[in-house]
Formats: sequence, C-alpha cells, structure tokens
Amino acid sequence: MKLLDFVKLLSLDVKSYSDGLQQDVTGGYASDLLSDVLANSKKGDIWITLQTHQNIVAVANVKGLAGIIIVGRKEPQKDTLDKAEAEKITIMTTSMSAFETAGRIYQLLKFT
Amino acid sequence: MVTNQAIEGSFQLIGGNFENAGNASIHLKQKLTELGIKEDVVRRASIITFEAEINVIIYAAAGWLRYYIMPQYIKIIVEDMGPGIEDIALAMQEGYSTAPEWIREMGWGAGMGLPNMKKNSDEFKIDSVVGEGTTVEMVINLTS
Repeated sequence: MKLLDFVKLLSLDVKSYSDGLQQDVTGGYASDLLSDVLANSKKGDIWITLQTHQNIVAVANVKGLAGIIIVGRKEPQKDTLDKAEAEKITIMTTSMSAFETAGRIYQLLKFT
Repeated sequence: MVTNQAIEGSFQLIGGNFENAGNASIHLKQKLTELGIKEDVVRRASIITFEAEINVIIYAAAGWLRYYIMPQYIKIIVEDMGPGIEDIALAMQEGYSTAPEWIREMGWGAGMGLPNMKKNSDEFKIDSVVGEGTTVEMVINLTS
C-alpha cells in the first residue's frame, strides 16, 4: 500500500512533502523514544509518534521511513515542517490516538 | 567495495544545537551508499553516528565527529569537551541516563544511546575524564 492509501482511509492531514505520498509503506513502528526508532524501525515503515520537534525528520531520513504520523491532534512545529520539506519527509497528523492509529494501520497492512 | 584509500570527513558539533542533529549521520549514510557498501553496514554506521551526535549535543559544550572509511573497516571517532562520565559501566547500562527532563520529553535521554552505539559496532572503546570530556571510538568491519 502507498502512503496515499493511508491518508485516504484514515483521513490524515498531510503537513509536508505531499510528493512523497506515492511511497510504498511496508510496515509500521510506534514509539516516542527517538533512540528506539533509530535502533528498531525498518526502512519503509510508517512512524507513529507524538513527538513534533525537528529531530523526527532526521531520524525518518536516516532510517528511510516512508512517513511520519503525528497523533493526538498535535501539530508539528514550523521548523520541523521546513526541515521535512527540505529533506523530503512526509508528515501527516491525526486526531486519533497512537493506539487507534497503530491498530488501524496494522490491520490495513496485514489483512488487505 | 570501491575504495582503495581512506575517505574521511569530520563534523563539528555544538552543545544544545539540536537543529543540526543527524546531519553527520545523513551525510555518512549517503557517502557509504554511494560507495556501494551493503545496507546493513550503512544502517549500523548511521545509528552509531546519530547517537554520537546526540550525546555531544545533549551533554557537551562542543565536540568533533570524524569518520574514516577504509577498505577493511569504517572508524567513527567522537570526541567532546563535556562533563565526562564518572562511572562508565553505569553509563553503558541500558536505561541509565543523566539527561534532564526536557531532553527526555523530546524522546532522547532514555539511556539507549551508548548501548545502541556499542551494539552496532564491532569494536567499541570509550575513554572519559571527568571535567574534561569523553572520546568514543567505534569500528565496523567491512569484511566478514
């Protein structure tokens, strides 16, 4: 499935680099600890977090993640979005919790 | 492997400058990928570099990160002017951290940095002098 499919099915708001929506999503990772994401996420994962500061962009870039979903109605900071545009990282937001977001993405990835 | 001689680079890191965190890691990742180095090695080198950058930014006044890409191995050295580590064995324990609350709120300072660096290295050396700084030297072998 592509990022765009998740944006449509989960009604996500796209906040940066919409050109990245054609990216394939091969898995997901949910964590707010950046070292954990560095150590354990996999290339092509969609990352679910409530962190909003700019370091999430570099983490997603270095790990080759498909995109970042910021949950719980939190908004990324402006410097986060500027960096995300520059480094071609797609950031999306949702009012859903991390639990619900992860559950729905898991279901879509495993059973469709 | 296409290199026959060392390729090296260095980055200056400034304490508190979170804006540039990850830049060295992204740079090294690109360089290694261009050289055709296998993905698992690139992954490990970029994790090590990112964690090393973050440690300097969190704890030190300033520091340097240097990398050397050799035919047989990659060496990453990070040297800082920081407070030093009193008890290295304790600092190496997963989950142990002296990071302040605001750093933890950013999702750093979970006590995973040094263990992640060690886990992803083939050789790991750390030296620290309290009041002067810390040097970490890591090697990833390219031949296995």
